[in-house]
Amino acid sequence: MHPAPSVIIFTTLSGLGFGLLFWLGLGLPAVTGWTAFAFFAIAFGLAVGGLVASTFHLGHPERALKAFTQWRSSWLSREAVVSVAALCLMGLYALGAVFFAASWTLPGWLGALGALGVVFTTSMIYAQLRTVPRWHTALTPALFLAISLAGGALLAGQVSFALALLPLAGVLQVLWWLRGDGAFAASGTDMASATGLGDIGAVRAFEPPHTGSNYLLREFVHVVGRKHSLRLRGIALGLGYVLPIILLLVPFSHLLGLLAVISHATGIAASRWLFFAEAEHVVGLYYGKR
Amino acid sequence: MTTLPETTDKKLGLVIDLDTCVGCHACVISCKGWNTENYGAPLSDQDAWGASPSGTFLNRVHSYEIQPEAGAAQLVHFPKSCLHCEDAPCVTVCPTGASYKRAEDGIVLVNESHCIGCGLCAWACPYGAREMDHAEGVMKKCTLCVDRIYNENLPEIDREPVCVRTCPAGARHFGDLGDPDSAVSQLVAERGGVDLMPEQGTKPVNKYLPPRQKDELGTTGMHAPRLDPVIEDAGGFLGWLDKALDRLPGGAGSASDSETR
Repeated sequence: MHPAPSVIIFTTLSGLGFGLLFWLGLGLPAVTGWTAFAFFAIAFGLAVGGLVASTFHLGHPERALKAFTQWRSSWLSREAVVSVAALCLMGLYALGAVFFAASWTLPGWLGALGALGVVFTTSMIYAQLRTVPRWHTALTPALFLAISLAGGALLAGQVSFALALLPLAGVLQVLWWLRGDGAFAASGTDMASATGLGDIGAVRAFEPPHTGSNYLLREFVHVVGRKHSLRLRGIALGLGYVLPIILLLVPFSHLLGLLAVISHATGIAASRWLFFAEAEHVVGLYYGKR
Repeated sequence: MTTLPETTDKKLGLVIDLDTCVGCHACVISCKGWNTENYGAPLSDQDAWGASPSGTFLNRVHSYEIQPEAGAAQLVHFPKSCLHCEDAPCVTVCPTGASYKRAEDGIVLVNESHCIGCGLCAWACPYGAREMDHAEGVMKKCTLCVDRIYNENLPEIDREPVCVRTCPAGARHFGDLGDPDSAVSQLVAERGGVDLMPEQGTKPVNKYLPPRQKDELGTTGMHAPRLDPVIEDAGGFLGWLDKALDRLPGGAGSASDSETR
């Protein structure tokens, strides 16, 4: 799949932002006044910034409001609805925390639930696609949720939670990669089933429909950088999970905390790039490519 | 609504005969022509006369080589367009309701004025039937020529998808695959029509007829067998000519090879 920068930025930043909103909604940390303002500004900046970035790849962003209508059937529509609901609830909670030094439990808890809901619906957009066997697993939402919760705990300064969640997310990440590497072969879709000609013999793509490229090849049969896959996995694992854990284990300082956050976000961005770049769509079979 | 209809009154679709298709791409061109001039946004091209031309097509013809366990390889031309699936994953993923499947005839369409161009439907389609138009920023797909098949301004013979109408080999058939008595359903039953990627669970309406078994050419080799004389005991002028030629050197009656005829 084509690793569109807008989607990588969106899922990385908004995952982090909604993760932070989750912990803030639970009152961890229970901040008020200017401190609360700073926390909520970072959280909303990441979450909303990510959502805005996701509209950059739309053909007609001016019609984006229509995406709120099909929540009965579409995970993308559900994501839109849940994200606005979560942002409104957390906005209300932030209002109380910043201006009235209050901790309104109900909107806080509902907002925290909504923040997790956003991450879950985002992950389901990918996990639902049978056409991309690497994504089509319950491990995808599990990984997205774990990363978001761990990153949010890191940003919220919840060291003990972060120290539990970062290893969990790291383990899920490795499991997701291991399962993903055999997913295409295990899906049962191959040249024979794609063409229905397997009964005659071994099918080989002889000529593509056109000599030039097309939308399908650009969007779904993207092979750039797959050769660096192993190195990038090492970088993602090291920066995203291992280094932040080490930085949290040494005596706390704000500088090291900031370094841990930056390292984590960079590692997750690398992991998210691989999420798209390594994903193979079954339509590639019709072109004899994957 | 992007929820799928429980059932459709008809299941209009195509039956594509891989035995008959000659790979001429006439269906590709006629499809591009009709659908550029009619329903919805035109099918744009980018850099059409340049070094790397690219464009939107709703129908493309692939070619595959199949190598059996024994014997010669076989070439199959393989036209592919939207299969108008009963369980169309492209419809349910649409966030805006732009993609829909019609309850009356099962045709899967895009309402282009509602499409935000997110591309998720193309991600959900295993067949590559949907292509984002680069100029218009909306998703394009086969409409089964919905603006031809019910069009009373056209002569009746033209009221079928333009790819079917134009195919010079008669490799494409259009009809109601939900009616077991229709000509297309009979054809599918008779020739053992198959679904593409059945394991994807899309339940495609369009069916593909696999190529018939090839004739065996036998062991005749490069040259045709020599022809034996058809008539052994010719009379009249031909009989005289036969005998006269046989008497010439090298002929059947000459001394050198009298044992041959």
